[in-house]
Amino acid sequence: MNHDKQMIRVLIAKVGLDGHDRGVKIVARCLRDAGMDVIYTGLHRSPEEVVTAAVQEDVDVLGVSLLSGAHMTIFPALLKLLRERKAEDIIVLGGGVMPDEDVVKLKEMGVKEVLLQDTPPEQIVTTVRRLVAERGPR
Amino acid sequence: MNKRVAGGVLTQEKVQQLADQVRRWEENEVASFIKRAPERKTEFRTLGGFPVKRAYTALDAADTPLEDIGLPGQYPFTRGPYPTMYRGRFWTMRQIAGFGTAEDTNKRFRYLIAQGQTGLSVDFDMPTLMGYDSDHPMSHGEVGREGVAIDTLADMEHLFEGIDLERISVSMTINPSAWILLAMYVALAKKKGYDLNKLSGTIQADILKEYMAQKEFIYPIRPSVRIVRDGITFGARNMKRYNPINISGYHISEAGSSPLDEAAFTMANLITYMEEVTKAGVAVDDFAPRLAFFFVCQADFFEEIAKFRALRRVYAKIMKERFGARNPDSMRLRFHCQTAAASLTKPQYQVNIVRTSLQALAAVLGGAQSLHTNGMDEAFAIPSEEAMKLALRTQQVIADESNAGNVVDPLGGAYFVESLTTQYERGIFRILDEVDSRGGTIKLIEEGWFQRRIADFAYETALKKASGEKPVLGVNKFVEPDEKFDIELHPHDETSERRQIERLRRVRRERDNARVAQLLDRLVEAAKDESQNIMPVTIELVEAGASMGDIVEKLKGLWGTYRETPVF
Repeated sequence: MNHDKQMIRVLIAKVGLDGHDRGVKIVARCLRDAGMDVIYTGLHRSPEEVVTAAVQEDVDVLGVSLLSGAHMTIFPALLKLLRERKAEDIIVLGGGVMPDEDVVKLKEMGVKEVLLQDTPPEQIVTTVRRLVAERGPR
Repeated sequence: MNKRVAGGVLTQEKVQQLADQVRRWEENEVASFIKRAPERKTEFRTLGGFPVKRAYTALDAADTPLEDIGLPGQYPFTRGPYPTMYRGRFWTMRQIAGFGTAEDTNKRFRYLIAQGQTGLSVDFDMPTLMGYDSDHPMSHGEVGREGVAIDTLADMEHLFEGIDLERISVSMTINPSAWILLAMYVALAKKKGYDLNKLSGTIQADILKEYMAQKEFIYPIRPSVRIVRDGITFGARNMKRYNPINISGYHISEAGSSPLDEAAFTMANLITYMEEVTKAGVAVDDFAPRLAFFFVCQADFFEEIAKFRALRRVYAKIMKERFGARNPDSMRLRFHCQTAAASLTKPQYQVNIVRTSLQALAAVLGGAQSLHTNGMDEAFAIPSEEAMKLALRTQQVIADESNAGNVVDPLGGAYFVESLTTQYERGIFRILDEVDSRGGTIKLIEEGWFQRRIADFAYETALKKASGEKPVLGVNKFVEPDEKFDIELHPHDETSERRQIERLRRVRRERDNARVAQLLDRLVEAAKDESQNIMPVTIELVEAGASMGDIVEKLKGLWGTYRETPVF
């Protein structure tokens, strides 16, 4: 596949049993409206499924939404799988409801940014663009 | 000429006089005032998008026939399902609770009862809600996290230890795996020697709104609706005071819908369940009195009150006119209400108490039968004990200190409220007509029609918040950029997963596996034959020590699973 070099590719995912998809759909839509190439996995995916999809689709960004409280289990699993697949250059973003101290820990682990409830759509778009620009071309 | 028009309240002459008076008022007082001091906006709307006028008069209310307003406890029940409402007994104060293992949640139940709570409501963890055992790989990290973990009947015994189930009503918020929890509840009651006909409570078991909004599903739609049917018919025959379904708009709203869609989609789901159960040969009046509902109370004060009043009227008309109900109990809409979690914020979280208070007052003025008020820490985690106490106290202040419950439907007759109620009624029926004409609820779920409308309104709301058109204090107005959160959150006990799995494995070791296997085969036979009810064999299964996962997985072999095509 020959992609437009300028177009940022994003995989938005829901992992685990959590069914809250209001926020994730808004995120997917505002990134799409901002001209990015957005794929949404749908609900109830395992970390393996999501990482496989991210690698296969050659995305720049993997955004994972969690409102189930399982973020401290699921993000480490995702990051480990990405390392195993030599895909650490995929930018991992988190979103949902999680306590501030967990956000700090997630960033230490390698999650690049966590976008919590009520993050304005514009800020989501600029965050993704900034992180992709900071990483540079692959 | 003295012909009565406009609902029979006003004479033609009065209508003309009033219309003239309103016109003159707009031309004189209003026009000159606005010239000096313009209004804040050129157009005012409810949160749900209904345009609202500057002031309402008898002309607006007169659009509603008097018999549609009626009296409390009388058809069409606009003013309340019962004639005395809170003058007899306050609404049930029912704070939902659930975390960790059954023992952990049992302690919270006892605490809430000691604080004056009058009903129980159980929140289950994600694995239980989705029908996985606690030791399934998909459950890892989620056991006891967002709710209590229940795998087997042994857990249920600990959950209700020391609580008299004939004296307190218990609501269970669970859907695709609800029938198994209901089976456990029945098995527990039998074991404890309770009379099934004395148990009161509710099990949510509303699968259709899961496909639309909350997204907790296991099997495809058709067999899932059949499971709901079996629960309702079992309840109708064996549990006189128990609500075997709680048809819910709450999650539709929380997923982002407009209040009108919340109301209309819930009624669309009602119609589908009614058709399913009556098709199985149960007479309407034999089960309809036990149908219960659950709605959100959002932030737009009068709109929500109008929504509840309209829902009662719409329900009464549907049950009488569409389904031929004769017993007034089949036409009385009774609902549980929860304040709107999605309206709460993390910044300046104490303000959530104020938001919740206003929403709770609207629920009371709208005639709720039972109420959960959210904790101020909703945007952080599941609620702490302190947050739940304050939320409960909020209800108690309304009940004991505000006197708001002393008059039934105190806003009845208010020009604005009656007018908006009727607009809501018409809006709901318009959407129901559209659903019918497009082929019905199940077809439209499969096509993503409801999901699309919900996602669209959610997106609009997000944009309005971002632009400031929808003010949210602390988020887009009166923001405190350097706010530090000083809040004690509910701690997650990392040992609960291990403790839960230990008990599950002990039950598996101690049970008669051959008997469980034989009962699982009988379950499949019952499931294959639509004329049978899967409840009795499920009760036998849980009594024999079968776990939720055993039962759910067995039927996946027969029915497969559901995977949605997401729309966004």
